[in-house]
Amino acid sequence: MSATVPLLRPAPLLKLQGLTKHFPIRTGGIFRRVTTPLRAVDGIDLTIQAGETLGLVGESGCGKSTLGRMIIRLIEPTEGRIIFNGVDITRLDMKAMREHRRGMQIVFQDPFGALNPRMTVEDIIMEPLLIHGARADAAARQRVSDMLGLVGLPQRARTRFPHEFSGGQRQRVGIARALVLNPSLLVCDEPVSALDVSVQAQIVNLLQDLQRDLGLTYLFIAHDLSVVKHISDRVAVMYLGRIAEIADKRAIYANPQHPYTQALIAAVPVLNPRQRSRGRRVRIAGDIPSALNPPPGCRFHTRCPYVMPVCRSVEPPLDPTATGHLVACHLMDPRHAGEDATIRYQAAARARKT
Amino acid sequence: MSLLEVRDLTTAFQTERGEITAVEEVNFDLNEGEILGIVGESGSGKSVTALTIMGLLPQPPARVAAGSVRFGGTELIGMSAPRLERIRGSGISMVFQEPMTSLNPVFTIGEQIMETVRAHERVSQRAQRDRAIEMLTKVGIPSPELRMSDYPHQISGGQRQRVMLAIALACRPKLLIADEPTTALDVTIQAQVLDLMMDLRDEFGTAIMIITHNMGVIAETADRVMVMYAGRVVEHAPVNTLFEQPGHPYTRGLLQCVPTLEQDTSRLSAIPGSLPEPGRRPSGCRFAPRCRWRIEACRAALPPLLEQAPGHATACIRIAEVAKTPFSIP
Repeated sequence: MSATVPLLRPAPLLKLQGLTKHFPIRTGGIFRRVTTPLRAVDGIDLTIQAGETLGLVGESGCGKSTLGRMIIRLIEPTEGRIIFNGVDITRLDMKAMREHRRGMQIVFQDPFGALNPRMTVEDIIMEPLLIHGARADAAARQRVSDMLGLVGLPQRARTRFPHEFSGGQRQRVGIARALVLNPSLLVCDEPVSALDVSVQAQIVNLLQDLQRDLGLTYLFIAHDLSVVKHISDRVAVMYLGRIAEIADKRAIYANPQHPYTQALIAAVPVLNPRQRSRGRRVRIAGDIPSALNPPPGCRFHTRCPYVMPVCRSVEPPLDPTATGHLVACHLMDPRHAGEDATIRYQAAARARKT
Repeated sequence: MSLLEVRDLTTAFQTERGEITAVEEVNFDLNEGEILGIVGESGSGKSVTALTIMGLLPQPPARVAAGSVRFGGTELIGMSAPRLERIRGSGISMVFQEPMTSLNPVFTIGEQIMETVRAHERVSQRAQRDRAIEMLTKVGIPSPELRMSDYPHQISGGQRQRVMLAIALACRPKLLIADEPTTALDVTIQAQVLDLMMDLRDEFGTAIMIITHNMGVIAETADRVMVMYAGRVVEHAPVNTLFEQPGHPYTRGLLQCVPTLEQDTSRLSAIPGSLPEPGRRPSGCRFAPRCRWRIEACRAALPPLLEQAPGHATACIRIAEVAKTPFSIP
């Protein structure tokens, strides 16, 4: 295992091209043989540079977890390519994949369900080493010992079982297991959302310390915008299997461009009872449509306050804007300047800044 | 007289390891049209407090060990099941976190709202149906006449929580207890449901007890707030006071450990340690093992909940020292 810390370089650590996952769902017909694709993830282009944290936010059913699992190939993509460290790993067989999987690991949301209740903490953390050909010898035990220290667990934890720990400590075990193979990319899938609020900050701080000390790259998937903003360098917003917007974290929160990003941010409660949002902030109506039958054109058009005729038929491309964001929205297209919707959108944008 | 008066409420559970007290000495009043927020983490006793008031805890293993709950002047503790049944729904009703498990999957939405009306009021079938449609309209369900014949699985999670609110409010209860009503919902839907609850309070004058772990939900809705930790109330204050001059170190910790969209700090101020399990609570102040203000005396005895200003009470013997340290939310 190379000890060099990956530095920022032009070639991204991870590159996704048109990554797509359609789950066939039996929807009807005699014997339910008619299937409809559930478009969980639909043509995602994304890059992650070594050493950065890319936050991926979106509401339930937007496809963010499916995307995370496809990247480490727990779920097989329907289409598209995954390029990790310059190698296309999309179609590698299990044997060839094993070598690359050392480099990419995942931390799950539920530290209760993700750990085998019959294994000791030592066995849980050592298991990936054994799967990758190591022997359960003194060196492996030393490695477990080092990992416990790294994640802030006492050495006496090694002989204990998962149920003896609190949620926060269990998540530390999950992180130790993910790091034991010395990966460069960690997919963190809602790593703090099952934890009590007073414990979440400990795990967020730990993940930041580990990134700094080990030069890790994170894909941080969460529905909590505040946590994502805190930990990320860049943020990607997903809606119904597509990316709506990507930008630097400060830019995306200070100056969101996509109407969905704006609505998401406006819906987050403010920790100030003198600034209640009811009646002051724009709410989007309605629910997220089904991924079995996503709306044609822009998928957000059924809830968008600025919908234009073009939005109902043409899917907007994810294009760079003058502000440096990548945004998939027809309002950004100068050909629609002067339409009623774009005028209202720009007026709202000016109002937000004052 | 307040609508709801809770005095020294203490609820215990029989377990294999002996009797465990889930909630201890809870005191509060709730007035008509008022929204009381109860905030706490797992094991704080916030949900047990609500279920005790509703008389919904199975006894045994649960037991109201002490205290009184008076609703409109009538004592609820020890009340017979049929009388309690009449109060639930028409006087007090409750919505839960998971609307899918609270709705009956084999009845239509319309039938479930009409059933609630029928259980408490002697009105015609036609009037029940009209009331159900009216309530669905009030909670913002589009085309309510059509949705009446939908089953719970046919509508989304946000719509189900609206239906739960429609059922809970169908008999115009004076008190609504909402236990984590938006925790299972997405943030855009949460905002809609919280707005709706406040609109309904404004329209009907319903008093609301909102139970949550989310300080943001409290800031958006509550008039007064009670903070619970490990079965006890540690602070009770008007909402502005709680967010601007929190007294208890735990309240301060809760407000400062969550990142906000406005802040730009590089590191979160975490509360060390973890929550005590109900059977293994420390002696003295329950928060002392995690508290940076603790002194020897904190471990010796439970700190009393004392009023430091009108309407603002804190259970901390170090309150004078804590209050000297300036506080702000990052």
